[in-house]
Amino acid sequence: MFYREAGDFKTSYAEDNQTFPIKFDRYRYYAVLAVAFLVIPFIVNDYWLNAVLLPFLIYAIAAIGLNILTGYCGQVSLGTGGFMAVGAYACYKLMTAFPDISILIHVVLAGGITAAVGVLFGLPSLRIKGFYLAVATLAAQFFLVWLFNRVPWFYNYSASGQISAPERTVFGVPVTGAETSAWAVYLVCLVFLTASALIARNLTRGMAGRKWMAIRDMDIAAEIIGVDPLRAKLSAFAVSSFFIGVSGALFFAVYLGAVEVGEAFGINKSFLVLFMVIIGGLGSIFGSFAGAAFLVLLPVLLKNLLVGSLGWPTDVAAHLELIIVGALIVVFLVAEPHGLAQLWRVAKEKLRLWPFPH
Amino acid sequence: MLDASEGYTTEDGRKIGGVVMEMKNITLRFGGVVAIQDISFDIREGEIRAIIGPNGAGKSSMLNVISGFYNPQEGEVFYKGEKRPPMKPYQVARQGIARTFQNIALFEGMSVLDNVMTGRIRQMKAGLLAQALWKGRAEREEVENREVVEKVIDFLEIQHIRKTPVGRLPYGLKKRVELARALAAEPSILLLDEPMAGMNVEEKEDMSRFILDVNDEFGTTIALIEHDMGVVMDLSDRVVVMDYGKKIGDGTPDEVRGNQDVIDAYLGVAHD
Repeated sequence: MFYREAGDFKTSYAEDNQTFPIKFDRYRYYAVLAVAFLVIPFIVNDYWLNAVLLPFLIYAIAAIGLNILTGYCGQVSLGTGGFMAVGAYACYKLMTAFPDISILIHVVLAGGITAAVGVLFGLPSLRIKGFYLAVATLAAQFFLVWLFNRVPWFYNYSASGQISAPERTVFGVPVTGAETSAWAVYLVCLVFLTASALIARNLTRGMAGRKWMAIRDMDIAAEIIGVDPLRAKLSAFAVSSFFIGVSGALFFAVYLGAVEVGEAFGINKSFLVLFMVIIGGLGSIFGSFAGAAFLVLLPVLLKNLLVGSLGWPTDVAAHLELIIVGALIVVFLVAEPHGLAQLWRVAKEKLRLWPFPH
Repeated sequence: MLDASEGYTTEDGRKIGGVVMEMKNITLRFGGVVAIQDISFDIREGEIRAIIGPNGAGKSSMLNVISGFYNPQEGEVFYKGEKRPPMKPYQVARQGIARTFQNIALFEGMSVLDNVMTGRIRQMKAGLLAQALWKGRAEREEVENREVVEKVIDFLEIQHIRKTPVGRLPYGLKKRVELARALAAEPSILLLDEPMAGMNVEEKEDMSRFILDVNDEFGTTIALIEHDMGVVMDLSDRVVVMDYGKKIGDGTPDEVRGNQDVIDAYLGVAHD
């Protein structure tokens, strides 16, 4: 009724291969893009930007990155925070060393540097699997944070040990530093998220994604049909770390502005992004969005509801918020272990036939 | 015995070509256990070659040697006339040797279509960047290889489950999807490890028909392991018989059937 694919025939394999093969999906996707690019920039204000939109956009990039590694390639990583820190510090060093070059290029380069670091820490994955690999990536997390804390070259010998983003502009509009405008910052992050999602989708629907999923589902069989496990795993680490590096760079330069590494990129961050991926749905790009939205939006929503509407004291609300978020995570995972993306798929299946049972 | 250099013609009139793969004095040990002892045989172009033997005879080990999963301690493998150095399994696969497994090894989380598409790894070479942008070579390859894969899907009659995740399929269909994945690679040798294990009579008949059709229509060389004697004798052109890691017979099904060693191995010998 609401959602139909009857009469939506494909006449070529290219049409069948596209990201949204069903017409209805495709139009909805265009509509979301139009709203995100043409409507929201005009109505966005600082509160919405900093409380909801920026964290959502940036975490969604990180979640896409981790989802490629964990959801598609099956390699569990607890090093996300550390890799975000690499992106942030790479971006900082590039911004201060080459002030004339566009920040956009710096962010992409920071992603590239993180990809190289990711490959380095991905090497153990050839020998160890599962929980043991998770522990090995945990080592990356602690080592990288320690490195950025202890080696003054990374924070340009500043007295506080912090890094802070100098003012940089895109087309003459400042996007980092103190004097930014909400719409410009929003658009920069949105462009990066859109590009990340498109690239991730292209990779995962093509041969690279099939190789990753083959390694995830059965690595011995993957090798027997011709997948080089070394290259497949390392390419997953590289691509994943690239996105995580980009999100780390944006998190530092555009969102926070100033960063102390242990605080901003600690182990909590690794877990947060991992939870986003698990709750959203492993092996699904949409799931990365859903997971990021869930964990960013829910606390804000609850706070507004409890403090704003019901007038409860802030400290009680803060505690309750933790309890409710925790309980909801459990409820969701019990109801659908494959995450929000699977719930969404099931809902679509149902809507396809609604209101008829068959 | 058959002449080693020339091809031969089968009873049903199919022309069999020269030697594609030759195993020379292969010995494989696991610690003190000798799994394969000094075995030699060849596989010829276009033939259906069976390896049979009682449980634990070393048939699967032999297949694993061919597909590069084990490297034998002694002996040489010749592929298309050249000696093959010790290789990783994925390198062997890229030379054009595809296989299926005794206990199905499909990618459960992927759709049937994606599973079969993975068979095309050898032919799809677009770089990561082209794939990321879905432009140029990557886009072209997806469509071209999809056409080949659709032919295989059509051939094995699994069109209706194309988009179904493999994890949801029943056993018989999974076996067929696995065969499709191996076939999609357009291999020069197709290795089948007990393609009929655990099937009922009807499914066995289907699978036999597919194996014969594959051989007939694509001219694919097939080496298979199977327990069901009736099936082996009907399908194959030549049979290698193994027992306790040794070769005890080699020849056409009729020759093998009359071989006293083979009869002893299968029926047992009276010790007096």
